[in-house]
Formats: sequence, C-alpha cells, structure tokens
Amino acid sequence: MPIPFTTQIINLLASVLLLIAFAMLSQRRILSLINLFAWQGLVLAVSTFVVAYSTAQHHLYYSAALTLLLKVLILPWLLHRLIRKLNVKWDVETLINIPATMLVGIALVIFAFNLAAPISQLSESITRGLIGIALASVLLSLLMMLTRRKAVPQVVGFLAMENGLFFAATSATHGMPLVVELGIALDVLVGTFIFGIFFFQLRETFDSLDITHMEKLRDD
Amino acid sequence: MIDMQLMALLLTPLLGGLLLALFGSRKWAAELNSLMSGGTFVASVALTVRVVESGPQVAFNEQFFIDQFNVFLVALTAFVAFTTSLFSRPYMRVEQDHGKLSTPRLHLYYSMYQMFTLSMLVALTTNNMGIIWVAMEAATLTTVLLVSLYRTPASLEAAWKYFILCGVGIALALFGTILLYFAAERVLGQGGTALLWTHLNQVKVDLEPTVLKLAFVFLLVGYGTKIGLVPLHSWLPDAHAEGPTPVSAVLSGLLLNVALCAVMRSKVLVDGSLGTHFAGNLMMGFGLLSVVVAALFLSRQKDIKRMFAYSSIEHMGLITFAFGMGGPVATFAGMLHMTMHSLTKSAIFFAVGHAAQKAGTQQMEDIRGMLQISPTVGWGLMLGTLAILGIPPFGVFASEFLLITTAMHDYPWTTPILLMALGIAFAAIFGKVQPIVFGETTASRLPHPPALIPVFTHLLLVLILGLYMPPYLANWYRQAAALLG
Repeated sequence: MPIPFTTQIINLLASVLLLIAFAMLSQRRILSLINLFAWQGLVLAVSTFVVAYSTAQHHLYYSAALTLLLKVLILPWLLHRLIRKLNVKWDVETLINIPATMLVGIALVIFAFNLAAPISQLSESITRGLIGIALASVLLSLLMMLTRRKAVPQVVGFLAMENGLFFAATSATHGMPLVVELGIALDVLVGTFIFGIFFFQLRETFDSLDITHMEKLRDD
Repeated sequence: MIDMQLMALLLTPLLGGLLLALFGSRKWAAELNSLMSGGTFVASVALTVRVVESGPQVAFNEQFFIDQFNVFLVALTAFVAFTTSLFSRPYMRVEQDHGKLSTPRLHLYYSMYQMFTLSMLVALTTNNMGIIWVAMEAATLTTVLLVSLYRTPASLEAAWKYFILCGVGIALALFGTILLYFAAERVLGQGGTALLWTHLNQVKVDLEPTVLKLAFVFLLVGYGTKIGLVPLHSWLPDAHAEGPTPVSAVLSGLLLNVALCAVMRSKVLVDGSLGTHFAGNLMMGFGLLSVVVAALFLSRQKDIKRMFAYSSIEHMGLITFAFGMGGPVATFAGMLHMTMHSLTKSAIFFAVGHAAQKAGTQQMEDIRGMLQISPTVGWGLMLGTLAILGIPPFGVFASEFLLITTAMHDYPWTTPILLMALGIAFAAIFGKVQPIVFGETTASRLPHPPALIPVFTHLLLVLILGLYMPPYLANWYRQAAALLG
C-alpha cells in the first residue's frame, strides 16, 4: 500500500522538529536560539494544519492558527523584546562538551522510541510512530534545560518542551478537546510573562541572568 | 441547583481576585481578602451538605463533577484558605511595618491569593482530566510570584527553582494526560467527552492497559513533583522557607493535597483498567521513600520553616502510602490524615510565622523562650508540634494509628520502616522545638497583636476529631473511601 502524501509530509515535518531540537541543544547564541524556537513553532503549526486537512478535523485548524499566533509570533516577539531590554541580545554561552551532549541526546532518542514502541503499534491514525518523536523532542528539551547556565536559554528549553508535548497531542490523538488546548495556551502565555518579570527581578538582584548565582539554598 | 452552588463557590474567589486586583492597595484590602475567603467557605459548606446528602453529581454539562471525595477537599481547602486569610491580616501588616514588604507587593499578594484559591477549587471540582492539568499549572503560576515576594536573593532562587521544577513536572503530567486521551479516544471516540473522568470511569476496563500504565508513570511523576514526593521534592523546602508564611501555610496545607487528588483520580482509572495493583504499588513505593528520606533530613535543618516543610514531605508520603495501599480502611485513614495534616500544619505555620517575626529570624538557634514573650504563641507552637508528631489525644494520632495498623495487616514488612521514620521525626522535631518554646528569650514585642484564633481553632478541631469522630463525618469519609476503592 503506498503511503499517502500527507502522511509523508507529516513524517518529514516530524523529523525536522527533531532536527531543530538537536540544533537548539548545541546553539550557543541566545538570539539564534530564539529564532530556532520560532522555526520549531512554524513546523508545529504546519504539521497541525496538515493533520487537520488529512483527517478533516475542523477544530485542528483553530489549533494550527493558535500555534502560529502564539509560538511563531507572540512568544518569539516577547522573547526578542526581553533580550533587547535586558541587553543580552548578543550573549554567547559557553557550553561544555557539545559532542558529549549530542551523544546523550541520541541515547535519549533511542530510549524514547523504545518507550513509545508498544503505543505506536496501537495507533490507528495516519500518523503512527510519531509519538516516539514527540517524546524524544520533549526529552531533548529537558536535557537542554539541564545543561544551560543562563536563565533565558532555560526558558526557551521550557517552551520547546511544550512544543514537543503539543506535537504529541496533535500527531497521536488528533488534538485534545479545544477547551483544554485553550487552557494550555493561556498557561503558556501567562507563564512566559511571569518568566519575563522574573528576568528583571533576577537582574536587579544578581546583576546577571546567570543561574549559577542561585545555588545557595541547600541542606548542610 | 447544584449548578448555582458550584457557581457561588467558583465565582466568589474570582470576584475576590478581580476586586483585589483593583483595590489591593487600599487600607481595607486585608479585610476584603478575608471576607471573600469567608464567602468561599460558606459556599463550600452549602455544596458539601448537598453532596453528602444526595451523593455524587455532575454540573454544567458534565464539565464539573463532585463526589464525597473531592467535596471533602473542597471544604478543607476553603476552610484553611479562610483561616489563613485571617492570619495573614496582622502578619502581613507586621511585615509591612518591619519594612520587608511595600504596598504594591501586598496588592499582588491579595489578588494572587484569591486566584490561587480559585485555581485549586477548579482543579478539585473539574471533571475534565485536561482542565485538572490547566488548573494545576495555574496554581503554580499564581504562587510563583508570591514565593519571591520579598525579592531577596534566596527567595528569588527558591521561586525560580519552584517554577522550573514544577514546570517540568507538570509538563510530564501533560504528556501523561495526552497518553490517557490517546487511550480514551479509541473507546469513547473523538471530541469533548473522552477526557471526562465520569465517562472514563465507566469504560475503564476497556482502556488499553499498556498505554495507561505508561500514562500513570508520567502523571505520578508530574503531579508527584507538586506533592513533593522524594526524589522530586527539592523545590518544596526552599519555597516554604523563603516565601511569606501565609503562602507556606497554603502551599503545605492545600496545594499538596490538590495534586494528590489529581493522582488519585488517575489511580482509580489505571488500576481499574489494569485489574492489578500497579498504580497502588508505585504510590506506596514513592510514599515510603518520602517518609524515610524526609525523616532523615529533619534533624539537619537549621531554619524552622524549612524543617516543617520536610515534615510536610513526610506526611504527604504517609498519605500517598495510605492511598497506595487502597481498600476502604486505608483510604479512610489517608483522608483522615490529610484533614489532620492540613489543619495542624497550617496552625504550626501560623505560630511559627509569629515566632519568627518576634525573634526577627527563622534560624532556630536564635529563636528562644517563646513562652516568656508570648505564652499563647509559645503554647500554640508546642501544641501544634505535639499534634503533628502524633501524640494522643490529637487527631493525627488516630489517623496514623489507623494507617499503621492497616499496613501491619496488609503489608507487615512496611510497619517497622514507618515506625522507625516516625520515631526519628519525633526526636528531631521535638528536640528542636523544645528550646524554642522554653528557655530564655531574646525576642521583642510586635506592633500588631498576633492572630491566634486561627491557630487555636485548628488545634481544637484536631483535638476534637482525635477524641470523637461525629457519625456524620465518619459516614461521609466512609462513602468517599468506598468510591475510591
């Protein structure tokens, strides 16, 4: 049986999503990181649109539009504004040992595929197997949050994780009920605002956005 | 009718949040905060009476679901939120007089306090597993700026940790929810009903076990971060120690319970689908680990609020363990312990807050002789400590006794571990609180009289429930335990 064209596109977009997650993992410049995040949002919006078209699920069109608006336009714009105001636009982060991080990332992808294998077999939707990719990009974003020492890249990692989750919701299940999706979108938006407020509080108190300043609280 | 009562319950804190967002910097903001919290409590009582009388029901087109289990948490949440608002009135004024807080920060505090109550109540009453997630995340978002209210380096660090860790945790819970929907969609079909708990509960035996197993692991890890289960607990002591005391009281007494409620809802579905005790076993494991690790950490604490935060981890571990065991008696014990812990722990935080204000520090070595400067605060702290350590005749003793005898019957090997952990906790906490209460004082008087009514109301309730459980309450809890199975 030939694979339908739309399925091929969705598979292609899924691999692009994973590729961008790897690119984010190794990106040193904050500005490029935000641009990568916007690209990931765009891939997500297009794939949601394709799923909506191929399954004739009308509410997914709204999801795609919402993703486009929130993750390609509003959030990157907010982040750009923030880094301009905080004057960290050209900041370069020293990442230790990118090759090792990449290897850990590959191991995570294999782990995610293994974990999702029994579920993928159950999937009757046109997009079977994508849940593994979604889980892999969630775990890669988690890895990114762990390896970063600056506040802004950590937050970008957090938002990228949310992208992976959203991809799982659209690819594996054809989207959650709209009311839930709206709630999630609202939480993400409010969360980003609060992160923004935080950046300024951090800067005021520590004179930098380096979170190594914040390792004082521990039990001893 | 139920629609109206539910609406009153949810609209009161919403209205409160809006009003306080407008008028939060007025002189009477604290009174308005208490008034709205009081209104929420009255609404919760009306709802409780109705649900206990006529059993589980759905409202608003099945979007909300109230049974004896969650209405118990609704009543508890509204009550503690009300008494905490009474406590915070003089407490926050003293903080303001000490120059630690400005009026704009108090403004933020009051409006967020109401929104936090609202998000907890939505998380408790919603029937939609997706909305539970949204409301839990909203509860984090509303409290994160409250943890950093003092804007000290330590409080910022605590709030950042809280935000990032709970954010990651809650993201994993979302993945669990997506998996749950994935399994449900195959049975219930596309659309809005596939995430409604009442529908899921009816078809739970048909849900795909392999998917639900994985979903539960994600849900437990995700919401477990919020409950403060070891090893996901590291945000909890920081947030409790560095945030203002009323926030510590509601985080410890309420938010942890709400997260546990979400886990319980998932457990009922997963164990129903698997037909095994998989979810229960996982919860027992995490619970036991939390009890032991928290007890070991207690003796190393120097900050008084931090120590009681670890005590919260220990007790949430006990409750998770009890719910994990399952069965009517263990679940009953878990619910009873939840009630006792919330009441006692918030009373302790009230007393600790005043004690720390008088001493001007949270370091336990520097707080001495509370009885000399203020006998009521001193006795409040002492009695609260005795209550939380499970000394009879306080209610914590009754619930712990019930819990441990059930464990002895069903899982005998856990009993020595539990008893040892409780013993260690007793030695650690009592040894540290004793010189704080007795001994020579260095503390000073406060510009506003402390709020003692909430402290002693809570302790009195715990005492009464330890001595005599009214049949109405016993019957209610038994019905709830039967629902959870």
